[in-house]
Amino acid sequence: MFGYILRRLLVAIPTILIIITVAFFMMRAAPGSPFDTERPMPEEVRRNVEAHFGIDRPLHEQYFNYMRDLAQFDFGPSLKFRDKTVSEIIAEGFPVSATIGALSIALAIFMGSILGSLAALRQNRPADFGVMGLAMVGITIPPFVMGPVLALTLGLYLGWLPTGGLDPRLGMTPDRLILPVVTLALPQIAIISRLMRASMIEVLRSNYIRTAHAKGLPSRVVITRHALRAAVLPLVSYLGPASAALVTGSIVIEQVFQLPGIGRQFVTAALQRDYTVVMGVVILYATLIITLNLLADLLYGVLNPKVRYE
Amino acid sequence: MAPQNAHPNAELLEQSAIKGRSLWDDARARLMRNRAAVTSMVILGLLVLLAIVGPYVWPHNHATIYRDAVWLPPTFENLHIFGTDAQGRDLFARVLIGLRMSLAVGVVATSVSLAIGVLWGATAGFVGGRLDQFMMRIVDILYSLPFIFFVIILMVVFGRNIILIFVAIGAVEWLTMARIVRGQTIALRGMEFVEAAEAAGVSRLSIIQRHIVPNVLGPVVVYATLTIPVVILAESFLSFLGLGVQEPLTSLGRLIAYGAQDMEVAWWTLIWPGATMMLTLFCFNFIGDGLRDAIDPKDR
Repeated sequence: MFGYILRRLLVAIPTILIIITVAFFMMRAAPGSPFDTERPMPEEVRRNVEAHFGIDRPLHEQYFNYMRDLAQFDFGPSLKFRDKTVSEIIAEGFPVSATIGALSIALAIFMGSILGSLAALRQNRPADFGVMGLAMVGITIPPFVMGPVLALTLGLYLGWLPTGGLDPRLGMTPDRLILPVVTLALPQIAIISRLMRASMIEVLRSNYIRTAHAKGLPSRVVITRHALRAAVLPLVSYLGPASAALVTGSIVIEQVFQLPGIGRQFVTAALQRDYTVVMGVVILYATLIITLNLLADLLYGVLNPKVRYE
Repeated sequence: MAPQNAHPNAELLEQSAIKGRSLWDDARARLMRNRAAVTSMVILGLLVLLAIVGPYVWPHNHATIYRDAVWLPPTFENLHIFGTDAQGRDLFARVLIGLRMSLAVGVVATSVSLAIGVLWGATAGFVGGRLDQFMMRIVDILYSLPFIFFVIILMVVFGRNIILIFVAIGAVEWLTMARIVRGQTIALRGMEFVEAAEAAGVSRLSIIQRHIVPNVLGPVVVYATLTIPVVILAESFLSFLGLGVQEPLTSLGRLIAYGAQDMEVAWWTLIWPGATMMLTLFCFNFIGDGLRDAIDPKDR
C-alpha cells in the first residue's frame, strides 16, 4: 500500500511539471500581451511595466524564474489586477468553486445511487423506464442550457430563487447556491444512476444474494446490508473522472450564475493574457484532480479487499 | 457490410449456396427492432438534411439584419417561425447554420479521435510488452488531466480557427477509443479462431482483414457514435464561453449563449437553439445505445 502511494506520487510529480511547462510556453506563444489596452501605452511606460514584471527577459530565463518562485509556493503577482497576487485571487475564488463542487458531488452521489438502485430493483418496469428516461435527459441537456432555463423558470417567472451572483453582505447563502449546485449535479446524477443501476443488477444476480434470500432475510436487509455495499464500488472508481467533469462544469456554471469562482477567473485571465493567473489556476486544478484520482483509487482498495496494491 | 467479412466459415456457406446469416445481419435485425433507435435515425436524417439543404432553401439568410424586426417573437408573418434575435436576424436561419456547424464538428472531430485512438490502441495491443505498457501509461496520465484548460489555452493561442477547434477537440477525445481498441485487439489475439487461421497458414494481412478488423469494428462504431454527442457538447461549451466559431458563422453553443443573455426579454432565442441541440444529442445517444445493444447483445 505504502509503496503503491509512493509510486503514484512519483508519477504525479513529473506529470505536474510537464503540465506547468506546456501551459507556460503555450500561454506565452499566444499573440497579444497583458498590457494591450484600448489606447496603446507609450513605449517608455510599456518597457517599464514589462521590466517591473520581468517579462522583458528571454523566455527561458522567465521560465526558470517562474519555476524558482513556484518552488517557494510563490505564484507571483497578477498582471492585470493591480496589487493582487495570484494566491490572493485564488484564495478569493476557490472557496466558492469548492463549495459548489463539493455540494454537487454529494448531491449527485446521494440522488444517483438512490435512483439507480430503485431502477435496478424495479427492472423493466415503469419506475425503471422513468428513471432511465430521466437519466437520458440529464445526460443530453448540457449545463449551459439547463442553467439558463432553470434561472428563467424558477428564478424569473416563478420568483422562487435568485438567479445569480452572491448575496452582497452574506456571500454564499443557501438560496443562492441551490440553482448552481443542482445544475452542476444533474448530469452527474444521470451518469451515476446509470452506473448504479448496472452494477446493482449485476450484484442482485450473484450467488450470495440468492443465499441471503434463501436463508430468509427480509428483502430490505438483503438490499441495504448485502447488495448496496458491493454495488457502490463502481461509483468509487467513477469519482476521479467525476471530479474532472465537475471542474469543467463549474467554468460554465460560474459564468451562467455570475459567481466569483476561479473557473470564471480562468477564462477571463486567459482572454486577457494574465499569464500568472492562468498558470496558477492550471496548477491548482491539475494537482487537485490528480490528488482526487489517487484518493478515489485508494478508497476503492480499502472498500474492495480483492484489490491488493503491491 | 459484406457478410463474409465476419463469418469464419463464409466460403463454406457460399459454396453450399445457402445464404448465411452473419453477425452483421443479426445486428441489423436487432437494431431495426429497437424503436427508439429507428425513430432517432429518422429524425437525425431529417436534421442532417435540414442542416445541409436548409440554408440554401430558406428565404432568410443567417447574416441578414432586419432593422425593424428586432426580437420579433415567433410568427408566420414573413416566415420568422423561430422569431428574430437581438440584431433582427432570422433565428431559424441561424439555427440551421448552427446545426450545420455542430454536426460538422461532431463528424470531423470524431474522425480525428477515431484515427488517433484506433492507431494508438491497435499498435499497443499488437506489439504488446514494454511499448504497450508505455503507451497505455501515457493514456492513463492524460486521462487524469484537466483537458478543458488546455483546449481553452489552445483557443487563445491560435485564435478561433475552425479547423483548430476540430483538431483540438478530436485530440482530446481519443483516449477511451484507444483503450477499447487495445483491449479488443489483445482479446482477439488470443482467440482460437485466430490461432486456427494462423495454423492453417493464412497470411498475417488476411488475418487482420478477415478476423481482427471486423471484430474490432463493432465496439469502435458504437463508441464513435457515442463520441459524436460528446464532441458536439465540447464545441458548444467553447462557443458558449465565446471561444468557439466567430461571427457571422455560428454554432448552437454560440446561439445558446446569446439566448441565455437575452432570455429575460426574448425566451425564444434560448429555447429554439437549446431544443435543437437537445434533439440532436438525444438522437445520437439513442442510436449509440441501440447499436451497442445490437452489436454486443450480451451487454444488455
